[in-house]
Amino acid sequence: MFGAMALLLVPGNQMRALFSVALISSGLTFFWSLQLFYLFDGAQGAMQFVERAAWMPAFGIEYIVGIDGISLFLVLLTTLLMPLAILASWSIQKRVKEYLFFMLFLETGMLGAFVALDLFLFYVFWEVMLVPMYFLIGVWGGERRIYAALKFVLYTMAGSLLMLVAIIYLATRHAQITEVLTFDLLRIYQLHLPIDQQIWLFLAFALSFAIKVPLFPFHTWLPDAHVEAPTAGSVILAGVLLKLGTYGFLRYAIPLFPDATLLAAPVFIALSVMGIIYGAVVAMMQDDIKKLVAYSSVSHLGFVMLGLFALNMQGIQGSLYQMLNHGLSTGALFLLVGMIYERRHTRLIENFGGLWKPVPLFSTLLLIVMFSSVGLPGLNGFIGEFLILLGAFRVTPGWTALAASGVILSAIYMLWMFRRMIFGPVRHVENEKLQDLNAREIVILAPILLLIVFMGVYPKPFLDRMKPSVDLTLKRFATIQTAPIAADHAPGTP
Amino acid sequence: MPRELHKTMDINLIPLLPAAQVLLTALIVMILDLFFKENEKGTLAWISLLGLALGGGETVLLWGSQEGAFAGTLLLDNFALFFTQIFLGAAALTILSSIHYIREMKIPEGEYYALILFATVGMILMAAANDLMVFFLGLETMSVAVYVLTGMWRSSARSSEAAMKYFLIGAFATGFLLYGIALIYGATGATNLDDITAYLIDPQDEWPLYLVGGALLLLVGFAFKVGAVPFHFWVPDVYEGAPTPVTGFMSVAVKTAAFAAWVRILMHSLSPLDSDWAFPLWVLAIATMTVGNLLAITQSSVKRMLAYSSIAHAGYLLIAIVSGEEWGGVPLLFYLLTYAFMTMGAFAVVTCLADAGAAPEDYRDFAGLGFNRPFLGMAMSIFMLSLAGFPPLAGFVGKFYVFRSAIFAGYLNLAIIGVLNSLLSVVYYIRVIVSMYMHEGGAPAKIFRQSPYLYSAIVISVFATLYLGILPATFLEWSRVAFFSLY
Repeated sequence: MFGAMALLLVPGNQMRALFSVALISSGLTFFWSLQLFYLFDGAQGAMQFVERAAWMPAFGIEYIVGIDGISLFLVLLTTLLMPLAILASWSIQKRVKEYLFFMLFLETGMLGAFVALDLFLFYVFWEVMLVPMYFLIGVWGGERRIYAALKFVLYTMAGSLLMLVAIIYLATRHAQITEVLTFDLLRIYQLHLPIDQQIWLFLAFALSFAIKVPLFPFHTWLPDAHVEAPTAGSVILAGVLLKLGTYGFLRYAIPLFPDATLLAAPVFIALSVMGIIYGAVVAMMQDDIKKLVAYSSVSHLGFVMLGLFALNMQGIQGSLYQMLNHGLSTGALFLLVGMIYERRHTRLIENFGGLWKPVPLFSTLLLIVMFSSVGLPGLNGFIGEFLILLGAFRVTPGWTALAASGVILSAIYMLWMFRRMIFGPVRHVENEKLQDLNAREIVILAPILLLIVFMGVYPKPFLDRMKPSVDLTLKRFATIQTAPIAADHAPGTP
Repeated sequence: MPRELHKTMDINLIPLLPAAQVLLTALIVMILDLFFKENEKGTLAWISLLGLALGGGETVLLWGSQEGAFAGTLLLDNFALFFTQIFLGAAALTILSSIHYIREMKIPEGEYYALILFATVGMILMAAANDLMVFFLGLETMSVAVYVLTGMWRSSARSSEAAMKYFLIGAFATGFLLYGIALIYGATGATNLDDITAYLIDPQDEWPLYLVGGALLLLVGFAFKVGAVPFHFWVPDVYEGAPTPVTGFMSVAVKTAAFAAWVRILMHSLSPLDSDWAFPLWVLAIATMTVGNLLAITQSSVKRMLAYSSIAHAGYLLIAIVSGEEWGGVPLLFYLLTYAFMTMGAFAVVTCLADAGAAPEDYRDFAGLGFNRPFLGMAMSIFMLSLAGFPPLAGFVGKFYVFRSAIFAGYLNLAIIGVLNSLLSVVYYIRVIVSMYMHEGGAPAKIFRQSPYLYSAIVISVFATLYLGILPATFLEWSRVAFFSLY
């Protein structure tokens, strides 16, 4: 229901050059998704608002969309960040029409990928996202934009093309075993393949998602893409696009191939923890704020992956929660960086210092966002990280202890950056006459900050709605776990 | 295979109708060309288009028929009609993109249109041929016309060189084909495909070894014609030298015709020999894709890049051929359909850029095109992304179908290599987009040829590329019906 509406809504408005049209369009999309939030039945774990239509019957490909407690919040996050990102791109002068076209196009792709319930449809949206993001980085980006854009596309394509083969292969197996040719995710869930096939398929899916997340060591495209992308591009990239990778794990790779997941979990936990530490240490060394935030993303997404592969309630719930947190706090960080960049046209930390005096409001907001990102109790980041560590500790205490040190590291690099930027004397003359945030910028940041505080104090409404769906995923997992491997050859194990 | 209805000896002219229609148009164009004055010759294009449209109408009316003519040497089934439509469409798009181009290049109009129509007649015969001799006749009709078309830009040395090269290599390939046909005739005592199949299914005694040799020679001849590696050396030079619309015509229609005959003759009628050439074909497919893509990356001219990319696409098509009749047939047909539109469109955009004197086809000549000419930029982006296989465009569905056929047929390795090759192809397709949108300026004084006909050809291709990508169901069904009319 929702995906179709978004699709209809967006193309109709694409061609108008006005920001307001784009704003209204994305705002309306947000409004519709809020409606969805109210209509959503939080007690149910299954898919809701399912829509289906035949698309390519010869291949068993259908248009199926629907949402559950896992995708609901990611959809909301997307629709919330999109109008804010558009509002934040006020300073774009060049080719405004095309810019907005690609932004809305990107939103369509992201929403489609979150709501798709057909493997083929998911793949289509997954790839569709690449094109506008490529243009956003390549046309409106910084100096090394072409290099960054190409790197982004090639990395992502490399993963996703193998996933395409895996998808087709999966559908082929399904057709051979059950004689039904379909790409319907919920039906393919029923399939239980022998372990060796699972491993290969899992690896093909996991590679694609791991590049997107990005999981260490597939992260090298991220800093380039982030640094070169325009502010709104960074916000969307960090806020939503990366979540598609973790979402992909949770919706596709893990439940489709449970046996392989179990086998691979230790490896992925190790990689996540390495990512956490590595991201944090590299972030500490950066002198460019945007790069610092980019590497902090690698570190934070490591937490999310750690939670996912803990494979228990707390871990996955924490991961989901952390996905939202990261979308909000890192989105806000990029917005703030973009705002200061517009004023000073530099992102080097050493060019700032003593900002508290000229721009107190900016500094306060930065402080709050930073605390959220670090995981200060009382703000949203704390709950996510706490749940993840709780979940992971039950599985691997050793790695979890290491991961927890990542929290400390993140506090170090964030606070150090903050100290160098905000405190101390004003070292550069240009910084003395900086304008503080204007009304538009406050409007952009206000909803994010409210959510940061609200989600930190009262996470219940969010966690409650996630729980049944996560439960369902885990239960599917548990039943297949207990089923003996001898059931391999029984077609369609429920 | 019960298909006796066309074996009667009566002379049935109906199956010849679309070909005859186009032939007649060609003759009219040639005769009128003598009487028209220089400034009236634009009419000839319209006459040609009218003839093609009538031919197209006839194929629609005849759709579903299953008739043979001339003692079963020619067969009008949905398969032939499907390809006839592609040929007519490609010829029409070529003529639309040529109207202004050839006038500016001082290429004689009457002969040009007539030759395109003659080539089309040859292709139609190739797709409909149910006899090796008729197939050969069609092939030669097409080839001779295209040799001349390649060299029609007489003031250009490149064009003449390309024509010469194409002619020599083409003659060489023809030799292979003819020798193969002779060996097959020697072994089976027939040139009619039905008789050959009947022999292969129920041979009186062991197959003579030279039958397999003849089939392999046919294979080599076809590989030359579609430009498969290692028989591809003529492709880049010929494609680069020929007038751009002719290049589009060659890379779409000529290749499609060769594949049509390949499907009917090798894939279908000689399918009992499948096991003998499965491995050579497998190697051929991989080599064609990989070499085509790798060399395409290194090109600095967009036209040459498109030439290598058409080699690479022949490689993807070979995947479908390797997958065999059962799985690969329908994907092959559908892929050719999608390939026709996106490639014609891409060459039409390149035609827009071509200047009378030099040949500005370098990447840097595309710089800034995206924002200076938003429509051309958008169209070219769509064609490039479609060729690279991005959803939801036609090229993606075609590739998806081909890779799927490989997986179903048990060639998972081939599918994976194909997919990795698509990744390689992204590099050079994206480069065009990079030039168009991310490099400013270029040569601002460049005259982009403003021709409403050319633009309409581009619009048609864009529309088809989008339509085939988003709502392919109807066309998938057509390809299926067309392919299964072979049985």
